[in-house]
Amino acid sequence: MPRVVNVVFAGLGGQGVIKASDILADAACRAGLDVKKADVHGMSQRGGSVNSDVRFGDEVLSPMVPGGEADYLVVLAPDQVENARGALRQGGVLLAPDLIDEKSLPNRRSLNVALLGALSHHLSIADEHWRAAIEAALPERLRQVNFKAFEQGRAAARAKAA
Amino acid sequence: MDRTLLSGDEAVAQAAFDAGVALATGYPGTPSTEILERLSALGGRAQWAPNEKVAVEVGLGAAYAGARLLVTMKHVGVNVAADPLFTAAYTGVSGALVVVSADDPGMASSQNEQDNRRYAVAAGIPMLEPADSQEAYDFTLAAFELSERWRIPVFLRVTTRVCHSKSLVRPTRRISPPPPVAFQRDIPGRVMIPGYARPAHRRLRAKLAEIAAWTETSPLNVRRDGDRKLGIVTAGIAAMHCREAAPGASLLKLGTVYPLPIEAIRAFAGSVERCLVVEEGDPVLAEAIGAAGIAVESKPEMYRFGELDVQRVRRIVARDTSPEPPPPRAKPPELCEACPYHPVYRVLHQLDCIVAGDIGCYTLGVMEPYRAMDSCVAMGASMGVGLGLRHVLPEPEARRVVSIIGDSTFVHSGVSGLIEMVYNPPRTGHVVIVLDNGTTAMTGQQEHPATGRKLDHSATRQLSIEGLARALGVTQTHVVDPVADPGGFEKLLRERLAASELAVIVARSPCILAAADIRRFERAAAPAREALLAGGGCSACLEAGDA
Repeated sequence: MPRVVNVVFAGLGGQGVIKASDILADAACRAGLDVKKADVHGMSQRGGSVNSDVRFGDEVLSPMVPGGEADYLVVLAPDQVENARGALRQGGVLLAPDLIDEKSLPNRRSLNVALLGALSHHLSIADEHWRAAIEAALPERLRQVNFKAFEQGRAAARAKAA
Repeated sequence: MDRTLLSGDEAVAQAAFDAGVALATGYPGTPSTEILERLSALGGRAQWAPNEKVAVEVGLGAAYAGARLLVTMKHVGVNVAADPLFTAAYTGVSGALVVVSADDPGMASSQNEQDNRRYAVAAGIPMLEPADSQEAYDFTLAAFELSERWRIPVFLRVTTRVCHSKSLVRPTRRISPPPPVAFQRDIPGRVMIPGYARPAHRRLRAKLAEIAAWTETSPLNVRRDGDRKLGIVTAGIAAMHCREAAPGASLLKLGTVYPLPIEAIRAFAGSVERCLVVEEGDPVLAEAIGAAGIAVESKPEMYRFGELDVQRVRRIVARDTSPEPPPPRAKPPELCEACPYHPVYRVLHQLDCIVAGDIGCYTLGVMEPYRAMDSCVAMGASMGVGLGLRHVLPEPEARRVVSIIGDSTFVHSGVSGLIEMVYNPPRTGHVVIVLDNGTTAMTGQQEHPATGRKLDHSATRQLSIEGLARALGVTQTHVVDPVADPGGFEKLLRERLAASELAVIVARSPCILAAADIRRFERAAAPAREALLAGGGCSACLEAGDA
C-alpha cells in the first residue's frame, strides 16, 4: 500500500455520497490509520453535484485529494462519470454505477454501500472495520439490507477482476 | 485518550462543551451551522438568534456577567454583527467571548469571499486560525483562555474546508473550569460615551501590544526548520497544503493571525534564502509582514481568488502564473422538484416582474426556467432594493417590482425594511412576498422565531409574520398557499401589482424536505405551546396570526 491512499467519491445530492465517504473514513480510522475527509456542503444539498475526498495512511496532510491523483474514483451517478474522471491518476481504478446491477440490490438506495463493497475488494481494510463502520453509520433497520449490498458490490468487483 | 473523527465544526462544539460554556448563540450560515447543532446534541445550551448582531449582543451581556460564551456565524454574518463587535473590543469582557467567523473562500455557498482577517485588524480583536479538527479543538480552548486572560473578545477564524473536513481529534488539552458568574458594575468600562471611550481605546491598544508580545513565543505558532533555500509563512488550512506541496521547505505556521508575532517572523525570514507567504484569500499576512519592513514574497494575484489546494500551492512555489485548467463542470443546484416555490416563480416569470431577491434556497429562482430574480445582495436586502427601484423607475416599470424574501431571512433583517416601506412608501405602493416554508431551509432546516420552536425543536412563542406586518401598518396583508391554490396566488398578485398600496403576501407551504420533520416536531411541541398560550396573558396577536 502506498503511504497515502486517495479516494474520490462523486455523485448528486441525495445519493448518499457523504454517507459513503463517512463510512470509508470511519473504517480507515478503526483500522488505526490517519484519516482526513473533505466535502463541500451547502448549495449542493439542492440536487447539485456532490464530491467527497477521503485520504488515509501513515500521515495525511491536506484533506483534499490533489486533482488527477486519486487512486480510486467512486461515482454514484452515471452522468457524473465523465465529469469526475479527471480526478483519477493514470492507472487509478474507476468504480462506476454500471458495475452494480441495481435491480438486484435489496434496496436501490444502497448503491452507495454496494460501491463501497466494490472498493473494499481493492483495499486492505479488515472486514470487521467495514462492518463496524456501516453499523455506526446506519440505523438498525437498514443494516441487513446494506450488509447485503456491500457483499454484492464486493462480489461484483471480484468477478470483474477475475 | 480516544481519537475521534470529527469535522472542524464538531471539534469547536466539543471544545466549547468541554470548556463549560454557559451559552452559545448564533445565526445559521454555511459553513458554521453545525457548531451549535452539535453543541446542543452534546447537551450544551445552544440557541439561534434572529440575526448575528443580536447573537453577539446576547453573548456580550453574558460575558459582562463573567460567563464563557461562544457566538457563531458565517463570514458575512460578521458584517451584520460588526457594530457591537468594534465597541466590544473597547469595553472588553469580564468572562470570555469567542466569536467564530466561518469564512468561505471559493464561495461554496456564499455571495462573496470576503476575508475576515481584515475584521480582526480593523476592530482590534485577536484572531486565532486552526488548520484541522485537532487544532479547531485546541484553538477554541486557547481562545477562551486568551479572552479571559486579557478580558477581550477573541475571533476564531475557520474556513469551509476546516469546518467541513473531518480529521482525528484527541481531546487531551485541558482548560480551567469557568469562573463564577456575577454582575460587577463598571460604568466607565462599559458605557461608551466619548469621555469613557477615549481611555477605553488606549486600553485596547495596550492590551493588543501585550498580546502581540505573547504571540512571539506562543505555542500556537509553530516553526519547522527544513531546507534553507525556501521558507514559507502560512496559516490555517493552507499550511497543510504547503507541507504536502513543499515537504522539504522550512515552515512558519501562524496560529495567531492577529496580532502577528512580527519578530518571530523576522527571524524566520532572515534564516531562509527565499521567504514566501502562502495564504488563502487576500494578502493580509503578506501586507502586514511587508509593512513591518520584512522582505517576503507574496503569492501572485491570481491566487487571491478561490480556495488553495496542493496543486495551487505547487504553482505558487514555482511562481507559475500560466492559466489554470478549468474546474470540472459541476451540475448546478436547483429548486427541489416538489419545492412549494415553483408556482410562485412561475407567476413571477409570466408577469415579467422585476424581482428584488434575497438569500436562501429561493435564490435558485434565478435559474432556468424562471430566471425570476434581478438582484441578490445581502440578507434582507430585497426589501430596500425593491423600494429603491419603486421610488425612481417610471411608473409602468415600478409597478412590476416585487421584493421576495424567505421566512428566516425576513426575521433576520427584513423587518426594518418593512418599517421603511411603511414610513417612506413609494408612490406606486409596493408588493412584498414572504416565502414561508417554515424553516431555514438552505442551511439544513434550522428553526427560527417564526417557526415557534427553538434550536432543539422545543416549543416557544411563535412570531407571526402577517401579524407583525399588520402591526407595522401594512393594511394589505394576505396569507396564501401557493401549492394548494396557485390560481388564487396569481389572482392576488395581479391585483396587488395593479393597486397603489403596500402589500405583504405570505406564501405559506412547508419545505418539501422538512415537512415530515416539522409535523413530528409540532406534535411533540403542541402541549408545551398550549401551556405557553394559556399562561401567557393576551394572545390576540397570536390568534390574528392564524388568519
